[in-house]
Amino acid sequence: MAEIRTEEMLINMGPQHPSTHGVLRLKLALSGEIVDDVKPYIGYLHRCFEKHCEAMTYSQIIPYTDRMDYLNSINNEHAYALAVEKLCGIELPERVEYIRVIMAELQRIASHLVAIGTYGNDAGAFTPFLYCFIDREKVLELFEMVCGARLLYNYIWIGGLSHDITPDFIRKTKEFITYMRPRITQINGLLTYNKIFIERTINIGMLPVDVAINSGASGPTLRGSGYKYDLRKHDTYSIYNKVDFDVCVGTGEYGTIGDCWNRYIVRVDEMEQSLRIIEQLIDNIPEGDVQSAVPKRVKPPVGEVYVRTESPKGELAYYIISDGGIKPFRVKARSPSFCNVSLLEKISKGHMIADVVMILGSFDIVLGCIDR
Amino acid sequence: METAEIYEKLKKTFTEGIGELKTNLPVYPFFFVDADKVNAICCFLRDEESLQFDNLSCLSGVDYDIDNLAVVYHLYSYTLNHQLVIKTTVPKTNPVVRTVSDVWVAAEWHEREAFDLIGVNFEGHPDLRRILLPEDWEGHPLRKDYKVPDFYNGMKVPY
Repeated sequence: MAEIRTEEMLINMGPQHPSTHGVLRLKLALSGEIVDDVKPYIGYLHRCFEKHCEAMTYSQIIPYTDRMDYLNSINNEHAYALAVEKLCGIELPERVEYIRVIMAELQRIASHLVAIGTYGNDAGAFTPFLYCFIDREKVLELFEMVCGARLLYNYIWIGGLSHDITPDFIRKTKEFITYMRPRITQINGLLTYNKIFIERTINIGMLPVDVAINSGASGPTLRGSGYKYDLRKHDTYSIYNKVDFDVCVGTGEYGTIGDCWNRYIVRVDEMEQSLRIIEQLIDNIPEGDVQSAVPKRVKPPVGEVYVRTESPKGELAYYIISDGGIKPFRVKARSPSFCNVSLLEKISKGHMIADVVMILGSFDIVLGCIDR
Repeated sequence: METAEIYEKLKKTFTEGIGELKTNLPVYPFFFVDADKVNAICCFLRDEESLQFDNLSCLSGVDYDIDNLAVVYHLYSYTLNHQLVIKTTVPKTNPVVRTVSDVWVAAEWHEREAFDLIGVNFEGHPDLRRILLPEDWEGHPLRKDYKVPDFYNGMKVPY
């Protein structure tokens, strides 16, 4: 038989693709089915967030921060509001802090449900996707009850909140907690411990801890490699120091620590921890006025601030430079997905294309955050 | 460790190239370093036993004033739990800074973004090209004197 000529093939996994979680273009260099090199191209969703910020006042920027990571709006607003409040030196009423943390944890559950559902979808499991979205509907109903919006809230204002919560919301949140716990067990039964899913995700995309730290990976990506670090515990902000919760790491129950399955199990475990946090706070919200500390005009002193928070995707940070006016001089958003996607080149060598899809899903990226 | 202690330690090792520690403005103190010493200083910050800055949290380009661009490094140490802010300025006529992507791999994409939006050239970067904007875009949008071009590849850029 004559020698079969082989050469490297370049395939484009284009910006429009159901498995790239948004408009992400991957240029794959393949020999056969095995990937030699992956080059991500981003920028298809660039909306010039940082340039817009220089033309608007500090309070007007809040709806724009919503739209960066659109599955996770409360955490974006929370980080930005914390940064401006730190710069201005605004003291918040306790009620505001409690409600902010409850909302942030509800948003974390909603964001992880999307991550888990779409990850199963990438692997070919269509049912868990719809189950996760049914549960997410309950969370979005809770948000709609408070501020009228399901996805992009404009809820956390600088110095307070836009609307106060009602006793009805507290009752419905407690019902949600009792509803959600058995649903997590159901997701585990459907997807997490499913033999096919385990075979698809173990020992794929190994990420050693030192590479992860050096590359700026954070959140479940870093914790899946076994490193116990959570900004809510180790560099605490707001009232997270008053609640009791565990930091979830990849356990190595299946596969090896640092592979896709362990990054995924961190997210499932974090949902349970979020429920714990909400449970501890929901009955003890102090009385107060959520709008009492909202300033008429936000005019920070000359200076700059850098605040890091734990969003469901990782370390979300804002760097704000103020020149003393009502509009910021420079706002830089350090997004977790931006740093996580740069890891894709390094850990997908030697895998097959289907595995690249699973590795990308395990990072849980949102293109709005990457491109801003 | 506090920023003042880290600053003293750096001053002992690198006698020149480090500006003075600015503590009067909110919120964190910072200091300037010379653009050509950045890589050496960052290597020292990462490898020194008592400092161990193993994580580059954020690298931002800033249009500092009329004549200068600045690059701001936010460093964090996971092992020792302290953070540091250092800055470097370069003139707009020759904005060249030595890269730190060989110290922290995270810098690769951050420096590409700073090059794309502000126009700082990182010397020694393995793959310096635009990341968020199209490859053939002209100009650096985050500069204060940026004018939106009228046409891009024959298409009218709407106002």
